[in-house]
Amino acid sequence: MDMSQYMDMFMEESREHLQALNQKILELEDNPHDLGILDEIFRSAHTLKGMSATMGFERIAELTHEMENVLSVLRGAQVAVNTAVVDLLFRCLDSLESMVDSISSGDTGNADVSDLITLLRKAGQGELVAADKPKESIREASKVSEPVQADLPTVVDGIEVLKSFEINQYDLTLLQEAQRKRYDAYHIQVELDPGCVMKSARAYMVFRNLEEFGEIIKSVPSSQELEDEKFDLSFEVVVVTKEDQERVLHAVDSIAEVRVKSITPVNLKEVKAQEAQDNDIPQVVKETNEPTNENALSLKNRTTTEAKSKAKGSQTVRVDIERLDNLMNLVGELVINKTRLEQISTTNSVTELNETIEHIDRITTDLQNVVMKVRMVPIEQVFNRFPRMVRDLAKELGKEINLIVEGKETELDRTVIDEIGDPLVHLIRNAIDHGVEMPEIRRQKGKPVESVVRLVAKHEGNNVVIEVDDDGRGLDPQALKNKAVQKGIISAREAEQMDDQAAINLIFMAGFSTAEKVSDVSGRGVGLDAVRTKIESLSGSVEIETRINQGTKFKIRLPLTLAIIQALLVNVGEEIYAIPLGTIDETTSIIPSHIKKVQNQEVVLLRGNVLPLVRLDNVLEVPKTVEESEELYVVVVRKGEKKAGLIVDSLIGQQEIVIKSPGKLLQGISGIAGAAILGNGHVSLILDVGTLF
Amino acid sequence: MEKVDFSDELQLVAFSLAGEEYAVDIHYVQEINRLLNITRVPKAPYYVEGVINLRGNVVPVIDLRKRFSLPPRETTDRTRIIIIKVKDITVGIIVDGVSEVIRIQSSAVEPPPGLYGSVDLDYIRGVGKMDDRLLILINIEKVIDLEALADEE
Repeated sequence: MDMSQYMDMFMEESREHLQALNQKILELEDNPHDLGILDEIFRSAHTLKGMSATMGFERIAELTHEMENVLSVLRGAQVAVNTAVVDLLFRCLDSLESMVDSISSGDTGNADVSDLITLLRKAGQGELVAADKPKESIREASKVSEPVQADLPTVVDGIEVLKSFEINQYDLTLLQEAQRKRYDAYHIQVELDPGCVMKSARAYMVFRNLEEFGEIIKSVPSSQELEDEKFDLSFEVVVVTKEDQERVLHAVDSIAEVRVKSITPVNLKEVKAQEAQDNDIPQVVKETNEPTNENALSLKNRTTTEAKSKAKGSQTVRVDIERLDNLMNLVGELVINKTRLEQISTTNSVTELNETIEHIDRITTDLQNVVMKVRMVPIEQVFNRFPRMVRDLAKELGKEINLIVEGKETELDRTVIDEIGDPLVHLIRNAIDHGVEMPEIRRQKGKPVESVVRLVAKHEGNNVVIEVDDDGRGLDPQALKNKAVQKGIISAREAEQMDDQAAINLIFMAGFSTAEKVSDVSGRGVGLDAVRTKIESLSGSVEIETRINQGTKFKIRLPLTLAIIQALLVNVGEEIYAIPLGTIDETTSIIPSHIKKVQNQEVVLLRGNVLPLVRLDNVLEVPKTVEESEELYVVVVRKGEKKAGLIVDSLIGQQEIVIKSPGKLLQGISGIAGAAILGNGHVSLILDVGTLF
Repeated sequence: MEKVDFSDELQLVAFSLAGEEYAVDIHYVQEINRLLNITRVPKAPYYVEGVINLRGNVVPVIDLRKRFSLPPRETTDRTRIIIIKVKDITVGIIVDGVSEVIRIQSSAVEPPPGLYGSVDLDYIRGVGKMDDRLLILINIEKVIDLEALADEE
């Protein structure tokens, strides 16, 4: 069978599960006795095992299977959770992650996991009482060539097979009603073939067949969850019908890859009696084909975990990002044409038209907001991997670090989220490796031994701000200058003239690394210049605030979305260019005679500050048509701490523009960030302010 | 059922450029447009005339005269932009005029002669003979420098 169509789904879901595992195991380390966390870890590992076995990735299945065994021993409190076990579990996750990665790059994903498996078995044996069970299943698993698939139907700990079945008051009324009308009710346990890939489709067929002659009044998991494939390999339904048991059985059993595990007539009296006896959740007890005792024992535990996880599941739809991009493009078109309409209405003033345009304007703005929101994902996705990373780093370096994460729920455009991970990893590594001092030094300085690294995301106007903040040694401007001079990045004279802020910004220069020695963690020279380049390519900016011995704060500012921005349109010669509003500080006008030359660079004094000037017509090689007037318009733009004044011929006005790629042929042209289509249908280029000075 | 084999027949869009007849394989041609408003792109390669708005998409346009080092000429009302799509790259090429769609046997296409006018041989796939006409088949992938683009990725 061709599995390729499920590959994307598999990749995506396994990554999600791995992420969840990482997070939960971290939690477990802090709360080693919390069974709830263990249960969640177990469930994730189990799902991962099922998925990978289905897709034929045996090594992943094998490893997760062994992890499960250890987890179940931990769950049974036969072995205590300790750092060694947690470390081992983390190592397993790393190995799983690399296998998943290798699969995504087209490999088989069959790394050698025998070491880990040996260790896992050792961990599982610890000093446990019920050691026999996991050991047996391990042997079984390693003997058979397709261990997991072979195991599933009778799964070792019976996870699939048993679901608790709750009958609430509403169901009860339905059942009574049915009985009064002489309908029979059957409780059916349906089981899917372990190799079944379209689980929700199978479930749907079961429903369809049963509904031909009866009514399904209850299913566990709910039909919605079945549809979303939020179930393992079995589910249960209660159907009311006038047909006999044989017919019902046949209706379900005849579907390929579907098996009826048990079918039981529901006896209403019994249900009632149970309810009377037990004030807790009433359960329909199955009489025929009753699974073994062992399973029945685990029933209570499972009820609670299931209820928990159910509460979490929100109603979501997975949508291909490409479709969202399409949607965004269409909205972009709409915005362009709206602008066009606005222009038409200003030249031909028709009152009715104006009103309609106002409406359209409002609707497109709303629509645009909605689409933007759809594309937004919480930054949690990125942030979630940091606790683990920080833990490992701190251990490796022998530092004590408390990572505080705030504003996980802050949302950013999907494209930004995808790109922001690496720069953040870099900044956090830097903070821990270079920023934070060793414990003994901290003690000498009278600081708390445990250092605090804060990772904060928040909204600020139309931007999202992400801060990476440590309470370490801070940056010393003088040391940075010396280093830069030594490395030949700046001259000694330049260093003398430099103010502190400029000196600090030196660390963004290419080839600058402050660490005295290159460590494994950071400081490989690819440093912060890469971080800044990346962030600027996302139309963002980075700032540093630092104080010696008090710490360093990196502040990243990112636009909410990349697709539609506000821009100032300007004339340069006959041509129209768009300057993103986010980069503009102000606009002003100057008199040509006030322009001075400093080291061959034109500058002007603006409120006492020296402002370097950039003549856009020269930089952009615009044919000269306009005579130099008595007054020059200057758009003051900002790049980090640096400012420059762009000389333009006239200002047209502020407009919402949709950023379009100018096509592959023209990619990478300096000074141009993209193209936009104006209201009149002409194309205007968007200036990449960062590369102009 | 009888099958007609079209494999050795080429369908070409013929166009004129500096007095010569050229042709491009119809598979590459997406559409043919009148000259649209072109926005100049600073620092672009010399042969890129600029970008146009093709129904909401920004498409770069190549001046084929410049690409082939032919003398420049004023645009006329016959000037056209042929929109070409190769792989996932869309570009427009400016030509003096588009005449017709021609079917030609691939056997009638000969490799380019040693020297052909001033046009760089790299850009030519072959010369098609049709009655007394000669059609220069351009190698569109070379014209838009597809390899160089692929290298950048």
